[in-house]
Amino acid sequence: MKDMIKKFYFFLVCFLIIPIKTFALIEVDITRGNLNPLPLAVSPLSINDKSKKSFEKILNKKNIGSEISIIVENNLRTSGLFNPLSKDAFLQAPDIANLKPRFEDWNLIKAQALITGKVTYVDEKLRVEFRLWDILAGKEMMALAFTTVPENWRRVGHIISDKVYERLTGEKGYFDTRIIYVSEEGPKTQRVKKLAIMDQDGANNKFLTLGNELVLTPRFNPTSQMVTYLSYFKNLPRVYLLDIETGTQEVVGDFPGMTFAPRFSPNGKKIIMSFAKDGKSDIYTMDLENRIVERITNHPSIDTSPTYSPDGKYISFNSDRSGYQQIYVMQSDGSDVKRISFGNGIYGTPVWSPRGDLIAFTKLHKGKFYIGVMRADGSGERLLTENYYQEAPSWSPNGRVLIFYRETKTDAKGKGFSAKLWSIDLTGYNERLVETPTDASDPSWSSLLGN
Amino acid sequence: MNRSIIISSVLHGTLIFITAMSLPFLAKKPLNIPPIVSVELIQIAEKTNIPFAPKAKKIIEKVKEKEKKLVSEQAPPKKVKKTKTKTVVSLDQNNEKIDNQKPVAIPLPEKTVKKIEMKKENKQNPDKVDDEVKQVSEFEKKDLFDPNNIAALIDKSKIDSADVIKKNNDITQDQDKNIESAGLTLSEEDALKAQIFGCWSIPLGLPYNENLLVRIKLKLDPDGSVVKTEILDHARMNKPGQGFYKVLAESALRAVKLCQPLRVPSTGHERWKELQLNFDAREMLEG
Repeated sequence: MKDMIKKFYFFLVCFLIIPIKTFALIEVDITRGNLNPLPLAVSPLSINDKSKKSFEKILNKKNIGSEISIIVENNLRTSGLFNPLSKDAFLQAPDIANLKPRFEDWNLIKAQALITGKVTYVDEKLRVEFRLWDILAGKEMMALAFTTVPENWRRVGHIISDKVYERLTGEKGYFDTRIIYVSEEGPKTQRVKKLAIMDQDGANNKFLTLGNELVLTPRFNPTSQMVTYLSYFKNLPRVYLLDIETGTQEVVGDFPGMTFAPRFSPNGKKIIMSFAKDGKSDIYTMDLENRIVERITNHPSIDTSPTYSPDGKYISFNSDRSGYQQIYVMQSDGSDVKRISFGNGIYGTPVWSPRGDLIAFTKLHKGKFYIGVMRADGSGERLLTENYYQEAPSWSPNGRVLIFYRETKTDAKGKGFSAKLWSIDLTGYNERLVETPTDASDPSWSSLLGN
Repeated sequence: MNRSIIISSVLHGTLIFITAMSLPFLAKKPLNIPPIVSVELIQIAEKTNIPFAPKAKKIIEKVKEKEKKLVSEQAPPKKVKKTKTKTVVSLDQNNEKIDNQKPVAIPLPEKTVKKIEMKKENKQNPDKVDDEVKQVSEFEKKDLFDPNNIAALIDKSKIDSADVIKKNNDITQDQDKNIESAGLTLSEEDALKAQIFGCWSIPLGLPYNENLLVRIKLKLDPDGSVVKTEILDHARMNKPGQGFYKVLAESALRAVKLCQPLRVPSTGHERWKELQLNFDAREMLEG
């Protein structure tokens, strides 16, 4: 019995301790969410009648305000991260929404963010201001204004998209960029290949070469609007440099053999490429300022497709030194070569992400081509897309989207062949055809044009 | 007098006869019983806390062991006591009859028999150890306060050298009044989680390899509407280079706002009026 009472007291003590726990904060771990694109509303930018008329005269566009908003809307939609809502559902007029949106109205159509703005014609210039609103919190997240020449209206749309993208995702946008590619026309045996450049959304397409020489593998300089590419000169492939702004073109070095697969270093001061001689090919760099050539690899195998890591400390390339073509990583001086691809199949064209964490590659396995990414140490390989033939991935400047080209099969009659540019984001779900006026291959994505 | 003796002896005789008849059945029984007192009961239990579940398992394991011993030690006396359980026997006999006709019908009646037996066992063995069994197997029942029971619990917790939390949990299991001291129950937490999972649009651009954990403290009204939200690492929000954190924090706040009113339990506002949500996107982004 005594024992019982003792136990009872012990219990009482416990009972008294419990209240301490009573008010302890309850923690709930939220480790999952939905991956649906964020619903947002892009209200047409408001514009007064006077400005509207002035712009109509200059640009031949009826309502420049809504044109810009359409660009923003398309950009955000193609990113796959946002779901711009239909304008038909909007309850508030653009001019009022820009002053002070009625958040309840926007909440009603399930928008979580709202973009409003105003376009005015000031001193023959285009002045655009825009605001980004957080509907649920009921506050303004960002407000900016630009003034530019009216012809630049498309870029204004892209810049707004970039700002919104950056504010809502935390990483830089990639809309105010251009893509250089090889335009292809004519029958397969007599392909005319020209260098072409266009905005990231396919607008403003321009040809840079005439097409009398074969051009291949154009690559943007990550820091400026320079391009390096491969063209044939006296039936030998040569690496060229092209300044897009001025149109000047020059041969990079004068090598006795073939040079190919050129690419800029991250600071834009060097070109890294492979150079073939005596049946083997090695990787070389050339300093663009003093034209000093440096040999990086020295191996009897074929080493090609070099690409720098964004910090310039490492180089990734592919080599058949193990018997099959695989991807390797080494220090930028050529030491410490490590193989990183170990899956089944043949790996090629490594491209280091501008973010530094991933390497994109092309993989050939059982007659199918894959575009995939792996971490820089070779782990976490993920194949994003599979097709009959696709190659040459190139990263968007924020390292989130890849653009590549895909060819379709020729049928028995020799028809049906096409080459088109496609983009896919890292999730692998958001695959899109990038419209080009002609067939296209070998795309390269520029860095942000700079605002 | 003689008559009473005759009646008595006849009754005794009947008893002995019944016992003899039912002996084979009783001998079979211990084999069947141990697994019945059960694990499942606990896992489905309405008032089970997540942290408690693994512990509960251990406890059940121990109880099971004890019970096995118990059954093997105490089985013989039971058989003797079973003399009163005419219903059981007759049921069983009925079963056998049915057996001959329709073998398919066996399972159902057998189950009822077992249940009856279980209950009887509990009643017939008012030992401390048996109380434990009861406690574990009948979590939902929230028995009234019973010093015997608690003493047993404490005893056990001493033996098991369990930590304080566990002791508390053990006690609260039996204490209806004390329910407020526990966190959210499994199903309550699940409901809340499921709701927020649906509201939270994870910003997909975030890097997978950074430490991005956003902790938000909420103050809630009894109807589940959010009175106040507070980001616990607020300082980090506006630091340069923490853009991703800011984006994630904002998305978490949006999720909370979008989800209003939160699916909170209908009772015990005191218990969850302050709630902390830890938003962690790593698992999702890594894939």
